[in-house]
Amino acid sequence: MVVKQQTTIQRIDLLARNITPFLLALVLIMVSQLPMHIPELGRASPMLALIAVYHWTVFRPELLPSPAVFVIGLFLDLLSGGPVGINAVVLLLVYGVVLSQRRFLFGKSFAVVWIGFGVVGLSATLVTFIVVSLYHLMPVSPQGFLFQYLLTLGLFPLVSWMLLKWQRLVLR
Amino acid sequence: MKQRQGGVAQATQPIKSLIQRFAYVGMVMAAIAILMFGKADTLLIEKARIYVTDAVAPVLNLLSRPAATVSNWVKQGNELLALREENARLREANARLLQWQIVARKLEAENTELRHLSEFQPQGTQSYISARVIADAGGTFAHSLVLSAGRKAGVRKGQAVIAGEGLVGRVHGVGPNSSRVLLITDLNSRIPVMIEDTRVRAILAGNNSTRASLIHLPPGATASPGDRVITSGHGGAFPWGLPVGVVAAVSDDRIEVQPFVDRERLEYVRAVDFGLKGIVTLPSADKAGSAQKPK
Repeated sequence: MVVKQQTTIQRIDLLARNITPFLLALVLIMVSQLPMHIPELGRASPMLALIAVYHWTVFRPELLPSPAVFVIGLFLDLLSGGPVGINAVVLLLVYGVVLSQRRFLFGKSFAVVWIGFGVVGLSATLVTFIVVSLYHLMPVSPQGFLFQYLLTLGLFPLVSWMLLKWQRLVLR
Repeated sequence: MKQRQGGVAQATQPIKSLIQRFAYVGMVMAAIAILMFGKADTLLIEKARIYVTDAVAPVLNLLSRPAATVSNWVKQGNELLALREENARLREANARLLQWQIVARKLEAENTELRHLSEFQPQGTQSYISARVIADAGGTFAHSLVLSAGRKAGVRKGQAVIAGEGLVGRVHGVGPNSSRVLLITDLNSRIPVMIEDTRVRAILAGNNSTRASLIHLPPGATASPGDRVITSGHGGAFPWGLPVGVVAAVSDDRIEVQPFVDRERLEYVRAVDFGLKGIVTLPSADKAGSAQKPK
């Protein structure tokens, strides 16, 4: 109501642009579930949703409110076939932690952001491993988790760079 | 105008952040609640899963094509590099297979004759539904695939899914246009099998790693590396004799089976309708996405 000078079309345009981080996260989840047919990669699918949530929480948290993170996590859980709710919990925890530590990460060099992701990702992987083991009432094989983490860590610069490009081109 | 805007924003800031904090805590609690609810009642969760998977299946189908193309390039590059050795290996394999063909023909003829003599009643007719693998889901959480065919194509819950090499898994959830396959290596997978040569029966249990293990062997029975494992047909879910894998390692507490099917190479699979009803139609089998665990 306050911003009178914006026309309706401008507002719709802005809304459409601002919803893209959320939609991109959903697309990344679908991409992470595609069969890649690369035997060397093993069966670990990279945690692209984690990268997306981390990236937007560091750079544009106002575009990713907690309900959006919740939906992203739930979507990943439903699609991946794992225990439903696990990624919703983990991604929300990541969101909360990163948001509270944002001043250490925002505006810093890329290396700092990457190291931050390394720490957050490792914690998230550990929490996931523990919760999944508790859920199934037996320890699941840890190698998969470790490999998944390393794969995600390696992919982080690429995905984060693409999201940054998007940020500059679309979000302004 | 600008100043007023700033003033309003400043005044509403504490309330806004309070609401956001409440929303955050609410969301975390909701997620935990769903996690616990899903452990208790899987039926509703499975329905939601099928619904969501089916809704995005067309997108997955579309996205998986370029992924398949890229992987084809990689494969072709690798193949070009290894052309010579591959050729030699194939020639050798061909010679060996030709011998097997003769043996198989002989056995087939003998089999027909014997069946004729003993008036053998063949099992019901089989029908196949071919489908593309559009998602290889789960990674470390679960071992499942999403197929591009669903109820409309004739896929039903409980059907065996096979690829050229052998058993892939079991249809576990079916939507109108997509279906989810529980792989034999998944934590929830339990399949009655037997060792081909010794006829020792056992249950093949997945554990979310690349290999599955044999459990519930009869007392005293054992297996040795190299033994072929096939389905035993017990419980009526799967027919007898589908190739499953080969015993890869035997230790004191674990017999590991390497599946014949290479999950990474699966592009097309077939859901097989053997006309068997079996244990999967029991309501209790709907739970936990697994066949009944034998006690």
